[in-house]
Order: sequence, then structure tokens, then C-alpha cells
Amino acid sequence: MLRSLSCNGVVMTNSFTIPDFVLASPEIFLLSMACLVLVADLFISEKNRVLTYVLAQLSLLGTLILTIYVAPAEATYTFSGTYVSDPMGTLLKTAIYFITASVFLYSRSYLMDRDIFKGEYYVLGLFGVLGMMIMVSAHNFLTIYLGLELLSLSLYAMVAFHKESMQASEAAMKYFILGAIASGMLLYGMSMFYGATGTLDLGELATAIQGKESNDIVLIFGLVFVIVGLAFKLGAVPFHMWVPDVYHGAPTSVTMFISSAPKIAGFALFMRLLAEGMADMHAGWQDMLVILSVLSLAVGNIIALAQTNLKRMLAYSTISHVGFILLGILAGTTDGYSASMFYIITYAATAMAAFALIIILSKRGSEADELDNLKGLSKRSPWIAFMMLLLMFSMTGVPPTVGFYAKLLVLQAIVNIDMVWLAIVAVGFSVIGAFYYLRVIKMMFFDEADSVEPLEVSAEMNVMFSANSLAVLFVGLFPGALMAVCIAALA
Amino acid sequence: MIEQISFYVFAGLLIFAASMVITMRNPVHSALFLVMAFFNAAALWLLLEAEFLAITLVLVYVGAVMVLFLFVIMMLDIDVARLRDGFARYLPIAAVVAVIMAIEMILVVGPEHFGLAQFAEPARHASDYSNTKELGNLLYTVYLYPFEIAAAILLVAIVAAIALTMRRRDGTRHQKIEEQIAVKAPDRVRVVKMASESNEAGE
Repeated sequence: MLRSLSCNGVVMTNSFTIPDFVLASPEIFLLSMACLVLVADLFISEKNRVLTYVLAQLSLLGTLILTIYVAPAEATYTFSGTYVSDPMGTLLKTAIYFITASVFLYSRSYLMDRDIFKGEYYVLGLFGVLGMMIMVSAHNFLTIYLGLELLSLSLYAMVAFHKESMQASEAAMKYFILGAIASGMLLYGMSMFYGATGTLDLGELATAIQGKESNDIVLIFGLVFVIVGLAFKLGAVPFHMWVPDVYHGAPTSVTMFISSAPKIAGFALFMRLLAEGMADMHAGWQDMLVILSVLSLAVGNIIALAQTNLKRMLAYSTISHVGFILLGILAGTTDGYSASMFYIITYAATAMAAFALIIILSKRGSEADELDNLKGLSKRSPWIAFMMLLLMFSMTGVPPTVGFYAKLLVLQAIVNIDMVWLAIVAVGFSVIGAFYYLRVIKMMFFDEADSVEPLEVSAEMNVMFSANSLAVLFVGLFPGALMAVCIAALA
Repeated sequence: MIEQISFYVFAGLLIFAASMVITMRNPVHSALFLVMAFFNAAALWLLLEAEFLAITLVLVYVGAVMVLFLFVIMMLDIDVARLRDGFARYLPIAAVVAVIMAIEMILVVGPEHFGLAQFAEPARHASDYSNTKELGNLLYTVYLYPFEIAAAILLVAIVAAIALTMRRRDGTRHQKIEEQIAVKAPDRVRVVKMASESNEAGE
């Protein structure tokens, strides 16, 4: 295959084979549907805007069916090796569809109340999902970067979507500038790998790295920049500065989206780049990830203690959970990868539900994102408060919720590679973190409320929120099925 | 030899123009220096036998984008003094950090890692070699997938730009095409039947 235009000179177009479009049919379908929604929205009147929402949900459903229908049993490459379809991709994509569909469902009433129930929100959301799918299925530096940009551009616009909100504009600006810097870092790192190995293809990269010395300075240098770029996107310390501001400033429905599905895609990037492309540099990136994860656990958990705003608190909590996810990845074993995958999927569902509570509490024209808004929630709505209790238990890692099992798996993987000290550090910071999760529970159940009027929750939100929270409990009680899927995806 | 000299000349001019872009006080001058930077970059591409890219850069960026850019700069009343507030204040520290980083990076991955010892010299092409054709061949075969994704990214950029900037303010006048088309003669002119004035007067 052709390596580079200026280096090789002689172009071998005869090596080209017609790509297998069926493999990429989910992406093609979603792109077509996003364009369809974009155009159809123009002809839908303001009153019937809900049709756009239904169309968006149907697009996701169609993509899900296609993804499962065409999924191959083992890794299959097409588009000259730039696209890969494998069980891991299928699982992560399926999780992304479910999360996004739930986010769309949760955010409908929120958007309507703030007069930003526009078709573009769903169009951008769908393009974001397309970007994530491309990232998950990428097998080439180019596709990784382009998928990431497609996702990021959609997210920047979604953060700024509430034009009347100065806070949102500011958050979007920060996100955009820092995101652009991160993309630059990632590209620079990739260019170093290209310079050292002469290939953009991850498979060829892995072979080329095998042929080099393990401490090749150009490779290590490139690796640093790649990891900085990835850590930025995932929000790991010390590249986390944007996370609290963006989470706080963005409309809650967008915060919910940013904090859930893109994290799964970010995990896929780590897997594709580090575990597949740079498997032989494991010693190099393991050390870097140890630093990132210890710092994330420390900073995330400790600074969250001082927060009075629920969105900011959850932002720091995300940072600390990213630390845990990195722990599983740095183990570098199949156990570790599957534990991280289990962690990221369940965490995305938990975080989404926690942000949904803010939407439930918020009224027209006001945002209930302060911790004080939670005071006495059990008197206003015992059921909702109990569901939130489950979510907080899960984030703390209290059995029998899923958070406990996820943490246990990651720690097991870490202990198995004889890094017991790291497991102890992680547990230590989790105990510190337990304080602010339990404080939420204390506020809901033992503090006096400012107002005792019963909480009005629409039936749709109530069912979705309860199902989501009970799923957190259910998967915690019976983790076997999801765990088996995660292990099978990596086998 | 002549190629090396021209490389250094063009590269030097490129760096000079690029630094002028960010230091000029007048935004129009900055834009013109950006044109110069693009032009020198195009010349570098020509040296790499990438004629198509070089010409596209001149045609698209210099010819179209920069002209639009100049229009925008002249239309907007940009307060440069405010934009540059703090530039001089942060310049020394930023320069120190940048220079240290550059030196560190050169020390770590110096030119010896990328020289001719590491890579074979690229083959020269005959004069009938068509860079455009090769590029087209590659873009629509091997790199079809990334190429299509790039198209989707541009679409998102357009959607985002319009969604974020278009707003219906009160008092702005805009066309309602469907109503304009559906209009009928009776909507425009109302024929009023009334008794003639003289009759009335005669009563």
C-alpha cells in the first residue's frame, strides 16, 4: 500500500480494492439520516418540532439495528485499512447509541422550557454520534483525527447553543480554544510517529514499532504529545482545566451529553492508539498513564469536596473516574481493558442520570444546579431521592450498585500486574471522594428543605430516570452479562 | 544547490511574514502579510513537486479567502488597541517559555533523527509526471473514507455557524417566500365598490 505521496513518488493505484461499503453502512446511514433531519426540519413548523426529535431517535434506532446486523464476528478492515469493524467497536457503538438516545429523551423538556428546542440541536447531536462512530472504528491516524474533529465541532456548537446565556458562550469559547490546542498536540504527536515509521495505518504502525528499539526517542517524543492530546479530550489531570467550566457553563442537556457518550469514544481512542497501534511501547505509555491517573484521582476527589455547585462537583467527579478508567488501560492486559470498558460504559450511564436529576429539579427559567437545591428532596419526592441515592452509591462504589463492581474489576486488574501501591492509592482517594457523594445523600434525606412543595415530574422523565437508576442497581447485582460481553469484545 | 538556496529563501520569507502577521498594528497589513506567507508556502510546495497543492493554495487562499478576509476587516471596526492589550506585557515571559521549549525539543529530537541517513531521498519525477492526477487517484480510492469525513466536518461547520449566528431579531425585514408565491391578485389590490361621490352630493 502507498505510504506517502512525496516519499514514495511512484503511486500504486493498482493495489486499490473496492471497499466493502456494507461494513460501514451504519456510518453511511447515520450521515444520510443527519442530512435528512437537517432538511426535513426546515419544513417542520414550530408546533410540530417534536417530529424532528422523533426522526432523530429513529435514526439512532436504525443505526443500532444496522450496526448489529452487519457486525462481523472478528476484526474486518476496509476502505484501504482506514476503517475497522470488530466486536469491541460494535459494543462501544451500541453503548453510544443507547446513551445518546437517552440524552435526547432527557433533554427534550429542558430544551422546550428554554425555547431552544431546535432541529439543529438534534442534527449536531447526530453528527456528534457519527464522529464517535468514526473514532471507534478508526484504524488510521487520519480517521482518528477526523472523527475527533467531527465530534468536537458538534460539541462546541452544542455548548454555545443557548445564545442568550453568556455563561454558555464563555464555556464554548474556552472549550473551543483548549480543544483546538489539544487537537494540535495530538496531530503533532501523530506527525512524529509518521516521521519515525512512515505510516499512518495503525496496523502497519504496530509492525514498524516492533522493528524499532523500545526507547526510540522520536517515538517516545511523539507518544508524549499523543497522550497529552488524548488526556485533554478525556479530561485527565493536568489537562482537566476546561472540564468544570464547560460542564458548569453549558446547558445541562449538553453537559449530560459531553459527560457520557464522548467519554466512551475517548476510551476507544486510547484502545485503538495505545493498545493496538503502540502495543510494543507499553512500558513507555504505562508510566505516563500512571502519573495521569494518580493526579486525576487526587485532584478530582479533593477539589470536588470544596464545590457548592452540583454540576461542578460532578465535573470533578468525572475527572476522578477518568483516573480509574486510565488505571485499567495502563494495566495493559485483556483483564484491564475489559474492566475499563465495563467501567466507562456503566459510568456514562450513571453520570447521565445524575445530570438528569438537575433537569428534573430545574424549573422554567431557573437552573437547579446548586447543591442547596437538593436539600430535603426526600420530603418533596421520596422516590426521586431514592433513585439519586442509588446513583450516588454507585459513584462512591458502594455494593451492590454497579460502581462497586466496576471499581473492583479495575483494582483487580491493577493488582494482577503487581502494582498494589497504585490500587491502594486509588482506594484511598475513593474513600476521600465518598465524602462528597454521601454529603449529597445527607442533604437529600436529613436537611430541611427551603420549600416543601412536592416535586412535579413528568411521567416520561420519571420512567426514564427510574429505569436508568434501577439499571445501575440491577447491573450491579447481576454484572455477569455485561462483563461477559466486555470480555468477549476484546477476546 | 539552486534548490537549497530557494528553499532557504522561501522558508525565511515565510517565517518573516508569519511573524509580521501577529506583530503588525494594522490588521490590513497583517492580512497582507498572511497573503505573503501563503505565497511562500505555495512556493515550498512547488519545490516538493506538489504543483496542484501549490496552485490551489494560491487560488483558494490568496485569491478567495484572503480577499473576503480583507473585506471583513474593512467592514468591521476592530479596536486593535484593545485586542492587543496585554501583548507587550505577556510577550517577554511567553518568548522565554517558547524559546526554552523549542531548544528542549530540538535537543531531544534533533535533525539527526530525520536526515537523509534515516530516510531515502525521494525519487525525482519525469517532467510529464502529473501531481494532480496522482492526488485525484489517491483521494478517490485509498483515502476515500477520510475524504468523505472531511466533507461531513465542513457540513457541520456550516450548520454550526448558521445555528449560532442566525437569529430573528424584532424589526428586521426578511422575505417570506411561501407567502410571496402564494399571493393572488385580490390580496394585492382590493377593489372597493362604493357609490359615486356625485350621487351622494346630489341627494
